[in-house]
Amino acid sequence: MADMIEVDGKQYAVDEEGYLANLNEWVPGIAGVMAKQDNLELTDEHWDIINFLREYYEEYQIAPAVRVLTKAVGKKLGKEKGNSKYLYSLFPYGPAKQACRFAGLPKPTGCV
Amino acid sequence: MSEVVKKFMYLNRKAPYGTIYAWESLEVVLVGAAFDQDVSVMFVDDGVYQLTKAQDTKEIGMKNFSPTYRTLGDYEIKKVYVDRDSLAARGLTQDDLVAIAWEDMETEEEVDNIVEVIDSARVSALMNESAAIFSF
Repeated sequence: MADMIEVDGKQYAVDEEGYLANLNEWVPGIAGVMAKQDNLELTDEHWDIINFLREYYEEYQIAPAVRVLTKAVGKKLGKEKGNSKYLYSLFPYGPAKQACRFAGLPKPTGCV
Repeated sequence: MSEVVKKFMYLNRKAPYGTIYAWESLEVVLVGAAFDQDVSVMFVDDGVYQLTKAQDTKEIGMKNFSPTYRTLGDYEIKKVYVDRDSLAARGLTQDDLVAIAWEDMETEEEVDNIVEVIDSARVSALMNESAAIFSF
């Protein structure tokens, strides 16, 4: 039996590491609930990254590894955001791993 | 890096769907890219179909992972080769294949398409140069 998280009264299945089982079920509220579990308050800066990841997945069908994410963020959102210090300050459990989880994506390929 | 950089080749011979080889290979390439080796990705035989444009997997109920090949450049892989004879034998040309862009963020050097169609002599030479070949 998969684990579940509850968002706005609805149950969503997640895998043993907390990643959403079915990425098509994702709603923004899921990110908020997952963030709360990690003791994080989501800001616009977090959402920039979460939305970026969803777009990246939509285009390439893959959740990028952290250094690929860093590079791609720098290109899209500006150099001052495309560095791991900034991304780790937003997502202390690892920008790719944690942000992908909030975004409803699978665990990034190339992350151990 | 103090370690010696080795030449690794990932050799893809099989059609993208029907077996798990193509997807497994792509995953290994992307995971392995973190280790800063000199990596090349080679497509021969039915493997050339992996890079074809406009794949549609709806009817077979598989995820269409062909867009993922376009991230190889993001993963700092710069050498992607396709065997010309394999393409020709299947009535394909480079125009039927996806383009993979590559860019160095520091130097801002850009390559629009790193996919290179090469003849069989070059395929053999590149294989001979490789310290290890991972065949899928």
